[in-house]
Amino acid sequence: MKLVAVTSCPTGIAHTYMAAEALEQAAAAAGHELLVETQGSAGMDPLAPQDIADARAVIFAADVEVRDRDRFAGKPLVQSGVKHAINHPEELIAQAVARASDSTPTAALASKVDNAGGAGTRLRQWLMTGVSYMIPFVAAGGLLIALAFLFGGAEVATKVSGGTFDGVKYAGVTDLSTLLDVAGVPGVLFKIGAVAFSMLVPILAGFIAFAIADRPGLVPGVVGGLLAGAIGAGFLGGLVAGLMAGGVAYYLSRISLPRALQAVMPVVVVPLVSTAIVGTIMLLVVGSPVASAQTALTDWLAGMTGAGAVGLGLLLGAMMAFDMGGPVNKVAYTFAVGTLASGTPSAAMAAVMAAGMVPPLGLALATVLRRKLFTDSERKAGEAGWLLGASFITEGAIPFAAADPLRVIPSIMLGAAATGGLTMAVGATSLAPHGGIWVVGLIGKPLLVLLAIAIGTVITAVSVLAAKSVGRAESTVPVPVTV
Amino acid sequence: MPLITEDLVLLDIETTDRAAATRELAARLGAAGRVTDVEAFLVDVAAREAQMATGLEGGIGLPHARSAAVVEPSLAFARSADGIDWGAPDGPAHLVFLIAAPDGGGAEHMKILAALARRLVHQSFKDALAAAADSAAVVKLITEEVIDR
Repeated sequence: MKLVAVTSCPTGIAHTYMAAEALEQAAAAAGHELLVETQGSAGMDPLAPQDIADARAVIFAADVEVRDRDRFAGKPLVQSGVKHAINHPEELIAQAVARASDSTPTAALASKVDNAGGAGTRLRQWLMTGVSYMIPFVAAGGLLIALAFLFGGAEVATKVSGGTFDGVKYAGVTDLSTLLDVAGVPGVLFKIGAVAFSMLVPILAGFIAFAIADRPGLVPGVVGGLLAGAIGAGFLGGLVAGLMAGGVAYYLSRISLPRALQAVMPVVVVPLVSTAIVGTIMLLVVGSPVASAQTALTDWLAGMTGAGAVGLGLLLGAMMAFDMGGPVNKVAYTFAVGTLASGTPSAAMAAVMAAGMVPPLGLALATVLRRKLFTDSERKAGEAGWLLGASFITEGAIPFAAADPLRVIPSIMLGAAATGGLTMAVGATSLAPHGGIWVVGLIGKPLLVLLAIAIGTVITAVSVLAAKSVGRAESTVPVPVTV
Repeated sequence: MPLITEDLVLLDIETTDRAAATRELAARLGAAGRVTDVEAFLVDVAAREAQMATGLEGGIGLPHARSAAVVEPSLAFARSADGIDWGAPDGPAHLVFLIAAPDGGGAEHMKILAALARRLVHQSFKDALAAAADSAAVVKLITEEVIDR
């Protein structure tokens, strides 16, 4: 195991070096690689950033403040006085190894995932890193859109983007200089929120790749995420792009080349090649299957109209929750908006909107019921989830789904399908394509819709808690010692 | 100038008092012209010792200071049969190293002291010093182990 240490003492002529030597000997005896930075009087020889990045744990054997300790931020840390390192170096080495093995970086600090855990743990750490950087975008974008609805009425979204709302057709704003005139201040808020939302998937993909490959992963990850959006692959496409970009960048930046070429690797070669590879795969390999799957789903859904209203409601609900803004969700939403085009109250629209409100609400409820099953950043996402869900901003659930897709997606599909089916069963309708709770006046049978949403919310929360309790050890991330 | 010479080695120091032993060693450094003001140097050593006793497990006493009174990086060595309490938890020190470093000395000088400190954690080095027959053997050991490495 690779370790680094810093030794330091008041005078800097004796104990600093004795501790360094003792730790090096103990590490070698235990079969570990240890690099020591002696912050003494014989000149400082700082550890290389790469060595710090590669180290799985850090030992501070110091009686005075370690200089530039923020270089080690987020690393599992063992601290002691310098004498303890001289007298019992093997204890510190053993502690550092143990700390490295049972610790995961905090989401906020993670620039690099430690390689301790198994494949599943590492995958989860990568995803959590991406999610933790994405959450502020969800909050900023979602709350701006909710504010726009609150002050401007839900038709503000249609005024900006175009479409039919309450039987009125809007052209939408194509020239942004007319935005304020056409849609007012709420329109401006909505536009800002929508742009922030468009960054969800690029940020998610970029920082998943960043977690895997450090800085070289960022470019292919962000570009791959943008392309996932461009081909309509949604956040699941973003997960694929991020993991792929991280893997490609990781291996590219570890190819050893002649020294002359080495210098241009990080500036030119790695960004160029990794982005070209990831972009090509996203456009040519992922893009067309997504498009043809969407076409097939759309046709299939059109044929489903004869299957009975409740069946259609269940299906639309499940599709809304499956990928939250991704291709399947889009098919269901577009189908529902299509039924609205005539300006008549639409049952499918009511089912889609009600079902789309359920995932963020259900997960918000789950974080309140069993806080311990969620990470800190997930709990914060849960707090925003109430308003996002109430505003029919299904994306509020993406942080949860991206961090733990196999447990979260089936749970939210179950809850959303129940709501979709119930909404259809009671014969509710909607005249608005979006807006959630803010367009309750345009909903037919609003109280029953609210009841259906409440039932779906509870089903989601219960299912996700049950799913998370399976293999719970994986979902509780221990809080590491921060530096 | 070498780090240590024979006149800086006290093979059978009699006192069992930390301050007295430090003073004896410091006096040798003064006599050799390596420390200009023994009293000032002792104040600096005592100040460092007061921060935290420099005794180490395994019978080592390691008084040291960077001091304006020091001319050359130097080591004075004493061996005590009875042991001198140097604040280590496992018993008195039998090997005492007084390290004198010039204040603001260049990094090159300090590297020798760093190398000495690194050797001190090796049991073989301590055993050899404990068994050394005379002052010349001590000087030879330290010179070979620290300076010629």
